[in-house]
Amino acid sequence: MKPEETVIEVENLTKKFGDFTAVNEISFKTYKGEIFGFLGANGAGKTTAMKMLIGISKPTSGEASVTGLDVFSQPDQIKKNIGYMSQKFSMYDDLTIKENITFFGGIYGLDRKTIKNKIKQIIESLGLEEVANKLVGALPLGWKQKLAFSVALLHDPKIVFLDEPTGGVDPITRRQFWELIYKQASQGTTIFVTTHYMDEAEYCDRVSIMVEGKIEALDTPKNLKTEYKVDSMDGVFLKLARNIE
Amino acid sequence: MSITLKNITKSYKKVTAVDDISFEVKPGELFGLIGPDGAGKTTLFRILTTLLFADKGEATVAGYDVVKDYKEIRKSVGYMPGRFSLYQDLTVEENLEFFATIFGTTIEENYDLIKDIYVQIEPFKKRRAGKLSGGMKQKLALSCALIHKPKVLFLDEPTTGVDPVSRKEFWDMLKRLNDKGITTLVSTPYMDEAALCDRIALIQEGKILKIDSPSNIIDQHEKQIYNVEAKDMYQLIQNLKEFPENESVYAFGEFVHYTHSNENFHPEKLEKFLSERDHKNISIKPTSPSIEDVFMDLARKKDVKPTENEA
Repeated sequence: MKPEETVIEVENLTKKFGDFTAVNEISFKTYKGEIFGFLGANGAGKTTAMKMLIGISKPTSGEASVTGLDVFSQPDQIKKNIGYMSQKFSMYDDLTIKENITFFGGIYGLDRKTIKNKIKQIIESLGLEEVANKLVGALPLGWKQKLAFSVALLHDPKIVFLDEPTGGVDPITRRQFWELIYKQASQGTTIFVTTHYMDEAEYCDRVSIMVEGKIEALDTPKNLKTEYKVDSMDGVFLKLARNIE
Repeated sequence: MSITLKNITKSYKKVTAVDDISFEVKPGELFGLIGPDGAGKTTLFRILTTLLFADKGEATVAGYDVVKDYKEIRKSVGYMPGRFSLYQDLTVEENLEFFATIFGTTIEENYDLIKDIYVQIEPFKKRRAGKLSGGMKQKLALSCALIHKPKVLFLDEPTTGVDPVSRKEFWDMLKRLNDKGITTLVSTPYMDEAALCDRIALIQEGKILKIDSPSNIIDQHEKQIYNVEAKDMYQLIQNLKEFPENESVYAFGEFVHYTHSNENFHPEKLEKFLSERDHKNISIKPTSPSIEDVFMDLARKKDVKPTENEA
């Protein structure tokens, strides 16, 4: 990680729903090629924060830019310039692998030739030759998720948001998925990822932990473990979330 | 036996979801089905709770046959499905009362069983279930599954998508229930939860890879695992995979777990190999396996390929 080019810049970002402050003045930056882990307990405000960053929820106050675009005034541009995948929605089960890639390529405005090349490239790199014309719904979850990750990168975004990408995925495929993440980050893509697997938190360059709408900790896994005097990220997480109660 | 399964098989069209599975759960046991999505866990639960017929095989729950005595089973078990399935438009209190009533009991009668759990959501008892947070929904669902004092409790992935703190709390609750003698079959995709069960079945693609107590499974695992550490994780994984006669290379938190394919492993050779490839701060130390290591070792031998599977 070379902290030179900033990809996300967030300053006192806040989101209120009536009297309830879901996200409370959070500030952070992420850099080019960084794997940024975005952790927190259920209900801590992670999803709300992420929604603001991907341009689908308007913040109440504060400032934020993603790939240089402002979340208040340019949410539609943000949507075109980022990659996004979640556990809940990734691709259409009733379309084949090729059709899904073609569809999302079209959505991102790629021309036919580029789409054709991308199909070839993705199918080869994931070893999906035999199933390229099969429906995505027939694929095992792990393969689906690896494919969804590639589809989120179709338009070569500078940053990709991954919302619990490995939930329920078998342990071997989960690791293969992380190798894809590493590879992509080493090519300069910023990875913004949420997870409930604490071993995956260790794979991040830096990790932020949200507690009740605020970022309570933000550092490298190593520094966090030293600071909280524990030997795993699980320990850091438990200490932070328990102390607040 | 509280639960018995003999050669249970279930297919959906071309996909075999559960493939010739047999095991037993003893009275009072906390038994874990550990495996990823698509392993067949939910299908097993649905067969045992009489919501689905198996194609082949036999099964009993609390001494009753799942086909012949389905009515008895439905009275005797508590079932918490993976998807939240209480009435969203009823309040916390109304849901609990509803479940108590249809099972012919009252909240008061078995209150001591759910007390520890229910007190945590009692302040919100007038709130509609649909408006509860994930953690509170989970506690309500568990209370409803317990209110008729079931002989056997079925919990299908109660902690999926739940953060580590809430997961720990949930398992503490399960342990306390288990101390009260409730036989429990619980499934989870989180391998670290396996250690908290009396016995576990590791399951993948409809087949059981292994059944035993977590400690036996770990003790019987003969492969020596090495914790390898160096500064650049991604490069380290790539280079370890190039090391001659490597068997498995898996990222494991801040380390990489490495196993060698034969007895002739010399850490100093690996260290030399890595330093020649510009790795810094290399450390190679033997470590003991976790359930996840064992699972991956067993699963790898099956060689999982991208074929058609349960959607």
